[in-house]
Amino acid sequence: MPELRYLDALNRAHHEEMARDERVVVLGEDVGAKGGVFGVTAGLLERFGEERVIDTPLAESAIVGCAIGMAINGLVPIAEIQFADFLHPAFDQIVSEAARMRYRSNGAFGCPLVIRVPYGGAHGTALYHSQCVEAFYAHVPGLKVVAPYTPYDAKGMLKAAVRDPDPVLFLEHKRLYRIVRGEVPEEDYEVPIGPAVVRRPGKHLSVFTYGWMLHETLRAAEMVQPEGIEVEVVEIRTLRPLDKLTILRSVAKTNKALVVYEDNRFCGYGAEIAALIAEEAFEELDGPVMRLGGPDVPAVPFARSLEEAWMPDADRIAQAIRRLARY
Amino acid sequence: MTPEITAKPQHTNLGLSDGDVLRMYGYMVLARVLDERMWQLQRAGKARFVVSAPGHEGAQVAMVWPLDRERDWFVPYYRSLAACLVKGMTPTEILLSVLAKATDPSSGGRQMPGHYSSPRLRILSGSSTVGTQYPHAVGIAYAAKVRRTGEVVVVSIGEGGTSEGDWHEALNFAGVHRVPCIFCVENNRYAISVPLHKQMAVDSVAVRAAGYGMPGVSVDGCDVLEAYRVMREACERARRGEGPTLVEFRVERLSPHSSEDQQERYRSPEDLEAARRRDPLVRFGGYLRSVGLLDDTRDQALWARARREVDEATEAAERAPDPDPATLLRHVYHDPEPDRPADPVYWIPRE
Ligand SMILES: Cc1ncc(C[n+]2csc(CCOP(=O)(O)OP(=O)(O)O)c2C)c(N)n1
Repeated sequence: MPELRYLDALNRAHHEEMARDERVVVLGEDVGAKGGVFGVTAGLLERFGEERVIDTPLAESAIVGCAIGMAINGLVPIAEIQFADFLHPAFDQIVSEAARMRYRSNGAFGCPLVIRVPYGGAHGTALYHSQCVEAFYAHVPGLKVVAPYTPYDAKGMLKAAVRDPDPVLFLEHKRLYRIVRGEVPEEDYEVPIGPAVVRRPGKHLSVFTYGWMLHETLRAAEMVQPEGIEVEVVEIRTLRPLDKLTILRSVAKTNKALVVYEDNRFCGYGAEIAALIAEEAFEELDGPVMRLGGPDVPAVPFARSLEEAWMPDADRIAQAIRRLARY
Repeated sequence: MTPEITAKPQHTNLGLSDGDVLRMYGYMVLARVLDERMWQLQRAGKARFVVSAPGHEGAQVAMVWPLDRERDWFVPYYRSLAACLVKGMTPTEILLSVLAKATDPSSGGRQMPGHYSSPRLRILSGSSTVGTQYPHAVGIAYAAKVRRTGEVVVVSIGEGGTSEGDWHEALNFAGVHRVPCIFCVENNRYAISVPLHKQMAVDSVAVRAAGYGMPGVSVDGCDVLEAYRVMREACERARRGEGPTLVEFRVERLSPHSSEDQQERYRSPEDLEAARRRDPLVRFGGYLRSVGLLDDTRDQALWARARREVDEATEAAERAPDPDPATLLRHVYHDPEPDRPADPVYWIPRE
């Protein structure tokens, strides 16, 4: 099986889905000749032509709004928004339109569309190329929100998203693109939207996380292993709908829960997981449900000194794990 | 040697003195030298990101020249290097942001370079989100009108940015209220890789003005004097209370979009060569020579002075301190006690 970068796995999924189903179209800024700012849509224009690979005007609300219309009328659009920070101009189209179309039409109209967007802080991405936006959207009924970590899941979940009858917000942590590699089958397969997955079994406490924080958490788990703390790491690769069962099962096994997410801690996505555990696994707990989130500043500042102070990383996660393990 | 005069001066008809046009050219040279320095710092691993504007200098100098440096407002975008210099930012201030230093006046090292801001000079801080500055400019101009301050506002953007809803909504608002705002668009025919014909179905952004009840002018932004003439008229209109103007500057982008871009992937060698032939520095330098204001010796002296200034600025910026990590949580809200970190509960410092 070939080893692929995250970015190439996504690129494969686009090629395969567009070849499989001619209703699939791709639209966004610079997705054509440039192949997207990160290269995810490379080669699509050459292979599938301008009608199906649309370099759009610079207008996010129009990208999503038009994708909604396309989806209504028989196409299956994959819209790329260049950075999650620039998804905000399309907020209304996503929240008030795509997500509510089915409910408000009493089931008559659906929106089978995918909105792909790189998100998250990386080195030097600063205030406007690094936001975590998942909490805004996971809040909205009618939307599915996914954030796969492995290249295998990236390909399989993008396919599942394309084939899904409802709108899917597909979050790609931009640090994964070139750093994370993994085996990706050449054949067609789907990774279903929904199930969470245990990435590392352990018995002393559970960490629930996703995106780049999974990477850092797995490192933190290695760091505390010699101290006799065996951490179970659960990847929440679908943020909505949430796989409660896998979470509750893990808590039943370890009796301690830490939620790690990069977004601002206050009202972040991790609060939902914490609330779920507090409500439905209270009897199982041997310590408080804890959260480690990003600091409550708008996003990662540009200067290295501030960026370093901002970064939720393996060291900080290990600190939090040790604190919880002491209970 | 006295330079040979081959053309009739045009700048005097526009109310510009010989000194004025030489200073305008001086700013263009300074911007170009500073621009090159930013790329050198990036290649040396000292600057983590560069977005620059060679090819836009002529339009930008013309754009800000009619403004009162202290009283009027300039709402920039990430390519507004030369414009910010003319408005009064110093090369050191610019390089402090390129190197993300604590004393960077634009953002204290929080934003990427290219996000110019100077409260002192009425240059408004902007986000990276294309188009958002346009409504702000309209609001500033509306306030100026209501408060009868006589201030004029100049705002700029690329042609790609004119596709955003914010852009259209701002012009519509401005047209209704006839605010003293000049809407500049630096049309270099590319929004990163997306060419003009995929951005809009018209050849010129200026025609859109009709839909918002204001005059629209398209001008060759590589022709500094013509660009200045248009801006001066627009400013006069605004000051007379006659409302906004939309001005499109046809310019060239001589660099890649940013240090993250390779433009050879989507621009042909012919296209790039044609752009280089329209370099506004060569063109304006040529004009100054033709009217006897510039020769090789003077030109070399100008470039040498700009290089010295930029060298000194580089040294000063490199010596400046990095932001203190303890300031990470500051300025999220108005914080009357600077020594007390905001929200200490939510962030644990490293052990
Ligand atoms: C709302 C938003 N969408 C996308 C981007 C990413 N982006 C940054 S610059 C740019 C192209 C802008 O082109 P144009 O407005 O023509 O200005 P130019 O860079 O050519 O001067 C894009 C797509 C952004 N910064 N903001």
